[in-house]
Amino acid sequence: MKLTKLTAVLCASVAMPAMATELEVTHWWTSGGEAAAVAELAKAFDAAGDKWVDGAIAGGGGTARPIMISRITGGDPMGATQFNHGQQALELVEAGLMLDLTDVAEANNWKEVIFPQSLLEACTVDGKIFCAPVNIHSPEWLWLSNKAYADAGIPVPANWDEFVASAPALEAAGKIPLALGNQPWQSNLAFGAMQIAVSGIDNWKAVNVDKNMDVAAGPEFAKVFAAAAEARKLAAKSTVQDWNQATNLVITGEAGGQIMGDWAQGEFQVAEQVAGTDYTCLPGLGLNAYLSTGGDAFYFPKNDDPEIEAAQKRLAAQLVSPEVQVAFNLKKGSLPIRGDIDLAAANDCMKKGLEILASGNLLPTGDMVWSPDVVKQAEDLMVEFWKSDMPAEDAHTKWVEILKTGL
Amino acid sequence: MGGDPENRTLKLLKVGAARDLGGPFSALYSRGERMSGQPKRLLRNLNAKIAAIPMVLTTLVVFVGGTIWTVVYSFTDSKLLPRLRWVGFDQYERLWSNSRWMVSIENLMFFGVLSLVFTISVGFLLAVLMDQKIRYEDTFRTIMLYPFALSFIVTGLVWQWILNPQFGIEGIVRGWGWESFSFDPLNNPQTVLYGLLIAGLWQGTGFVMCLMLAGLRGIDEDIWKAARVDGIATWKTYLVVIVPMMRPVFITTLVIVAAGIIKLYDLVVAQTSGGPGGNASQVPAMYVYDYMFQAQNLGQGFAASTMMLLSVLIVLIPWAYLEFGGKKHG
Amino acid sequence: MADTALPMTKSAVVPSGTKPRRILSGRNIMLYGILIVVCLYYILPLWVMVMTSVKGMPEVRLGNIFAPPVEITFQPWVKAWSEACTGLNCDGLSRGFWNSVQILIPSVILSIVVASVNGYALVNWRFKGSDVFFTILIFGSFIPYQVMLYPIVILLREMGIYGTLWGLVLVHTIFGMPILTLLFRNYFSSIPEELFKAARVDGAGFWGIYFRIMLPMSLPIFVVALILQVTGIWNDFLFGVVYTKPELYPMTVQLNNIVNSVQGVKEYNVNMAATLLTGLVPLVVYFISGKLFVRGIAAGAVKG
Repeated sequence: MKLTKLTAVLCASVAMPAMATELEVTHWWTSGGEAAAVAELAKAFDAAGDKWVDGAIAGGGGTARPIMISRITGGDPMGATQFNHGQQALELVEAGLMLDLTDVAEANNWKEVIFPQSLLEACTVDGKIFCAPVNIHSPEWLWLSNKAYADAGIPVPANWDEFVASAPALEAAGKIPLALGNQPWQSNLAFGAMQIAVSGIDNWKAVNVDKNMDVAAGPEFAKVFAAAAEARKLAAKSTVQDWNQATNLVITGEAGGQIMGDWAQGEFQVAEQVAGTDYTCLPGLGLNAYLSTGGDAFYFPKNDDPEIEAAQKRLAAQLVSPEVQVAFNLKKGSLPIRGDIDLAAANDCMKKGLEILASGNLLPTGDMVWSPDVVKQAEDLMVEFWKSDMPAEDAHTKWVEILKTGL
Repeated sequence: MGGDPENRTLKLLKVGAARDLGGPFSALYSRGERMSGQPKRLLRNLNAKIAAIPMVLTTLVVFVGGTIWTVVYSFTDSKLLPRLRWVGFDQYERLWSNSRWMVSIENLMFFGVLSLVFTISVGFLLAVLMDQKIRYEDTFRTIMLYPFALSFIVTGLVWQWILNPQFGIEGIVRGWGWESFSFDPLNNPQTVLYGLLIAGLWQGTGFVMCLMLAGLRGIDEDIWKAARVDGIATWKTYLVVIVPMMRPVFITTLVIVAAGIIKLYDLVVAQTSGGPGGNASQVPAMYVYDYMFQAQNLGQGFAASTMMLLSVLIVLIPWAYLEFGGKKHG
Repeated sequence: MADTALPMTKSAVVPSGTKPRRILSGRNIMLYGILIVVCLYYILPLWVMVMTSVKGMPEVRLGNIFAPPVEITFQPWVKAWSEACTGLNCDGLSRGFWNSVQILIPSVILSIVVASVNGYALVNWRFKGSDVFFTILIFGSFIPYQVMLYPIVILLREMGIYGTLWGLVLVHTIFGMPILTLLFRNYFSSIPEELFKAARVDGAGFWGIYFRIMLPMSLPIFVVALILQVTGIWNDFLFGVVYTKPELYPMTVQLNNIVNSVQGVKEYNVNMAATLLTGLVPLVVYFISGKLFVRGIAAGAVKG
């Protein structure tokens, strides 16, 4: 025990060129900015004397999971793999297929430096740490088109309530008030953002963290559904599929706004839009300055080869180190997982996010608190609710039933 | 090699016709009954038996074994990893109380029938056109076939664009001055399956055409000559002589197209994501994959796929029984 | 010129040819008219894809998908082929090209050989229970691939070929078998039985009849099988990624990475270029092998 700890400390001190080990890393970061960010991770790993073998697969968990499971059960696991942390990888950890990183975490003081701590908690199973968080993404942003509001001759709203109130004026000007793509996860994301905004933090926590089904079935959440039923009318004319087609409606001023995660920023940047003048971003829909903080983490499948295991631990330590965090997140456009570093180069919207982060107004994401099965069922329900005229009460009842399957 | 050609063709024609009397699927199982009936073939056909080993192994180990495995695990609560923790029929109860699943099945039946009928009839008509000794046959064939080579993910996207009211066909026609023109199949739950059909036919008919063309080319030239000597009109020759002779090809096509329809997945994901209205174009395969890999609920995915396989068996077994049961020699 | 080349042999035999030329040219107009209209339907999406692939992203965002580009750029094609990043490796589709070729050739050959022999055995050399195996094969063609992923992993692991090229070739052969066997079986069953019987009388054996009679008479169906397998295996993503390692990943992994990014900016022009580039290999195979669709093979063989 003492020996492994010692090795971990030694490894964590990075420069050990004598032990160059190849480590295959699977991830789904494949768009331009994402790839540049991964390059930073690999550069740092290679510079420390190991070899990063890249195994990029786009398509997120639905594509990555069969690959992971096959590789692990086929007896040929990769060295490390990206996952959204939380409940998605829980079963792999419980089955004893993942490497315990507790020694690395202790050696590098993760309990102190990782901020918010909820990220580390999502990596912890039975007091042991099984993943290394690398970044934070938050989904509850309202993106508004300044052009659309200029065309309609009204000021840009400052929060969700004003946004709803401004909708008739937008419609009169021939605009779609709310852009919403047809894919199920987008409806669920919009609903998640409205949950926090409309029901408030305490109620949200009671349902999603403490799993209080009485609150979930109660009047506060009936209000959320009523608000969502209003919001779907605003999105009735939105006929696009992909989230970025919806973002494009906002960019061109055909739509007033869109609820989408901070990754939408990339689309505005590519279209050479300037935050504040061309578009406006409202974290937490402008009502509650709260963000739920999901993100990405790396897991390390167990391997028989002690050299590979040592390399896995070296990589884990490195992912959380300040240098890698700065280099990676600047390229990725996401927020770092430690509070003790400075991201001076971040743009306006990111700075708003950083401020909220610094103030500690943070919540875990749905991925962390609910199983993928519940999330998927909720997505199915939400897309039906948002894209049809299902009564709010019915949707509410079904939603509570779905949550109960995950208790 | 005796006899004049005409006599032989007429004989061939008769052989073809005689086969048709043997039952609806006689063409599928037409030959060889006589051979298998004979004894002491065990050693003499050693080569044939060795040649059949890959097929026997594949069917038993992969298809039968894999299916049993799937069915067994559909009675468990397997989530991310397969595990044997029994839950009885829970997965099935949940499946049949799920509105998305029910709609998926209805959609598949509607889409399946339309797609089957149109793919086969359009494919055959195109093959007949291509078989008229036309010039540039290679070019025409390649144009009809090229969609088959492209990935569904992007062709779904392209058709989504073309059918989109703002920047697709509707927008163009309105731009020409026909302001009231409306063509927006993908955003109306009533018509979305036709929108999928347009893209599905585009992708699949070319291959069916080739399949039919191969069938047409396999038909003896002498049969055409015989028909002409008898003064039968071309269209009638096709309908009365050629189509019955091509029954094996039609059945091949039927199976290929039907298997493709049941497994239909990528196109829907790319073109509609199962919408509009949340589930107006959902299909069963999408439910299976979503629950297996996105929801990490293998048990639920296996239950759904078991239902799909069961429905295939419901069609397949009576037919096979009819074929082999009816023909057994005493 | 065209008129004289086109009349069908059928009409040439018809004794009373009343005004054949005019009727035939009218038919030709109909025939080619229909074919050209049909081709427009097939070409329309290709037009959209090609046009989009030579536009810059600002122009794509304008949203007129049918319009030709104001400014032609081949940058998306260059990017798709040699610059698009999949994680670390910014060398686009070119990275997986040879892997795909390496996977394609043995998989196509093996699966077609096995299936054609299956079909031949099922038609002409039936053994006890062959109907049952054939029925199971047809059933197998309806099984969704994804459901079989994990059992196949276990199978390959037990055989010791998980993660190797041959493991993948085997998987393609297995999943190609149902449809291909059906294809060959039904085609062979429409070949006149007299031929087979005559060959047996002449003392030809299993392989002799297969190579000297069945193969030469079945070129069109081999072309169809080739089309089916080349397309299916070349475009396969799931098996390639699940049953091999990164150094063997086929080109579709790069295609998927370019096209299927969930978060981050979507470059539609590069997506289109990448799709067209990936489709080129099957397309070339279609065109070249399509020449083997020769008329009247069967007739020739019978007379020979």
